[in-house]
Amino acid sequence: MPQPAVPPPTAPALEPPRGLADLLFRGAQVALVDLAIAGLVATISGNRFGRVVLYTECIGLSIWAIVEMGTRMRPGGVRNWPPGWRGPALVAVACALGYVAGVTVADTIFGYSSWPNYLRRPDQLARDFGPTVVFSTVVAGAFWARGQARRQRAQVAAAAHEATRARLDMLQSQLEPHMLFNTLANLRALIAADAPRAQEMLDHLIAFLRATLAASRQSEHALSEEFARLDDYLALMRVRMGERLRTSASLPPALAALPVPPLLLQPLVENAIKHGLEPQRGPGELHVQACLDGATLVLRVADTGRGLDAAAQARPREPAAPSSGFGLVQVRERLRTLHGDAARFTLAPRAGGGTLAEIRLPVAAPPHS
Amino acid sequence: MTTALIAEDEPLLAQALRAELARAWPELQLLEPAVDGDDAVERALSGRPDVVFLDIRMPGRSGLEAAEAIVEDWPGDAGALPLIVFVTAYDQYALQAFERAAVDYLQKPVQPARLVSCCARLRETLALRAAAKGVAAPDDAALLHRLRALLGAPAEAAPAALTVLQASIGSTLHMIPVDEVVYFEAADKYVRVVTGEREALIRTSLRELLPRLQPGKFWQVHRGIVVRADAIATATRDDSGKVLLTLRQRPERLVASRLYSHLFRGT
Repeated sequence: MPQPAVPPPTAPALEPPRGLADLLFRGAQVALVDLAIAGLVATISGNRFGRVVLYTECIGLSIWAIVEMGTRMRPGGVRNWPPGWRGPALVAVACALGYVAGVTVADTIFGYSSWPNYLRRPDQLARDFGPTVVFSTVVAGAFWARGQARRQRAQVAAAAHEATRARLDMLQSQLEPHMLFNTLANLRALIAADAPRAQEMLDHLIAFLRATLAASRQSEHALSEEFARLDDYLALMRVRMGERLRTSASLPPALAALPVPPLLLQPLVENAIKHGLEPQRGPGELHVQACLDGATLVLRVADTGRGLDAAAQARPREPAAPSSGFGLVQVRERLRTLHGDAARFTLAPRAGGGTLAEIRLPVAAPPHS
Repeated sequence: MTTALIAEDEPLLAQALRAELARAWPELQLLEPAVDGDDAVERALSGRPDVVFLDIRMPGRSGLEAAEAIVEDWPGDAGALPLIVFVTAYDQYALQAFERAAVDYLQKPVQPARLVSCCARLRETLALRAAAKGVAAPDDAALLHRLRALLGAPAEAAPAALTVLQASIGSTLHMIPVDEVVYFEAADKYVRVVTGEREALIRTSLRELLPRLQPGKFWQVHRGIVVRADAIATATRDDSGKVLLTLRQRPERLVASRLYSHLFRGT
C-alpha cells in the first residue's frame, strides 16, 4: 500500500520503527507485559519471583515468536494476521506449542523437569496453562487491534490521497494555465481599452470558473445550462481570438431541459479550439448542436480547423498540452460509467475539413415536441 | 531609428503590448504586427527590425520555429540578427528552456515593470552593437548559441531509435535501413528520405523524426535538413557564415545554415 506523502494529523507522534527495529520493539513490549504478568502470578501463587519471571518470559516470548512467524506467512511477504478463523487458530496453536517450548527452555536453564509432575497432576498443568491462554489471547488481541487501526488509517489516507489527485487532475485539465493566463492577459488589456467589455468578459470568466469548480460535485444539469456554460467559454475565446473565431450553437427548445452530465461537452469544445482552430492560420468556425434521433440525444461539436491528422502530427511539438488526451479519456469514461455501452462517442474528420465530435446518449423520457 | 516587430495572434494582446511598449520605450518604432508564425517570418525578413517579440503559441509556425526561420533566412547584407524576446502565457517546458538558454522572455500578462527592464536590456545590447559597428557583431554568436540550446532541448522523453523506415514508392512499400539514408529533407507535410540510390517520401515531420535518430550519427544542418555525418565529404564556408556541403554518395550540395555551421568549425 502506498504511503501518503504527509502523515495524517491524527497519527501518533511516535510511529513504531520499521523492519528489524520494529520486531525488537514488539519483542520488548511482549517481555514487559510478561514481566507484569509474572509479578501478578508470583504475588498470587507465592512462588519465588525469579523463577516465575523466567518461566513466564520463556513461555510468553515463545508464543510471541510463533505468532510472529504465523503473521509472516501471508503471500507477498506482507506481515499481517491470517484472515478469518485462522487468526484465533494461530493464537491457539502458538499457545500450545509456545507453552511446551517455553517450559522446556526454562526447565533446561533450571536443570529441572516439569513434565513428570504435570503428567502426575493434570490439574496443576491446567492451572498453569489456563492463565497463559488468557493472557496470550489478550495480548494478541491488543496487537491485532493496533495493527488493524494502523492499516485502516493508512487505507483512509491513501484513499483520500487518490481522490484528491483525481480531482486535481480533472481541475487541471479544465483550468488549463495557458488558457487562464492568456484570458487574464486579455482582460488586463481590455480594462484599459474598453471597460464595459472587460466587465462582460470578467462575468463570463467568473461563470466559467464557477461551473468548472462545481462540475466535480454535481452529477447532472440541464442541457440549456450546458450550452450556457459552453457559451461562457466561447465568449472568452471570441475575445481572445477576435475575428479568427466564429461560433454558433443550436439547441431546440424541446431539448433544453434534458439532463446531461455537467461540462460533458467542454473538453470537446476545448479540443476543437486548441487543436483545430487556434493553431490554424486564418479564421475558422465552431458549431455546437443538439438534436434528437429517435430516443437518442445527439450532441455534436464541429470545427473547420486543421483536422485530426495535423493535430496528431503536431502533438510532439506541443509538449505543454498533456491534457488533450485526458479530455477525451475523461469523456469516454464518464459516458461508460453513466450509460455503459448505450452511449457512444466518436471523433472523426468532418466532411469539408476540420473535425466532428459526436456524443450519442440514450434519453430516458423523450420530450414531446 | 530602432524598429521592432510584434508577433502575437491574439489581437487585444498585440494591441496591449504595443501600448505598453510605447510607454516603456517611446522612440521605438513598431512595424505592422504579425498575426501568426509564418507572417512573423515574412515581416521580419522584409522589415528587418532590430527587435522581435515572438509569442510562443501561434497558428502555423510556433514562436520558436519562427525564430529559427528568421535566423536561418536572415540576409547576409542585412546586418546583425534581430534581438529576439519570447512571450508566453504559461508553458512550463518553454520557461525552463528559456532559463537554460538565458534568452529574454516575457510572461503574459506582461507586467509594465518587467517590460521596462526588458527594454533597458535590449537598448543596452543595441548600444553595444552600434559601438562595435564594423566588427562582426559578437552578440550574433551569443544569439545563435542560445537559439541552438532552445531548439536542441528535448521536448519529451526520447522514443526508441529507428532502425528501418517504411516508405511507399508507388504501390510498393520500401524498407529503408536508417543507416543507408544520406540525408532527410523536410518537404511540407512530408520528409524526403534520400539514400545513395533512390529517394522516397515518408509522412511525418522532421521534428518528429529527429529525436528518433541516433544523435551522433545524424546531424541537423538546417531547420529542414538532417544529414548522416559520415556521408558528408567536404564542407566549405562562404562569406555569409553558411557552409556548403558535398556528399559522398550524392551529386547535390547541401547548405548548412548559420545556426548549425558551428558543427563544421574544424575547417
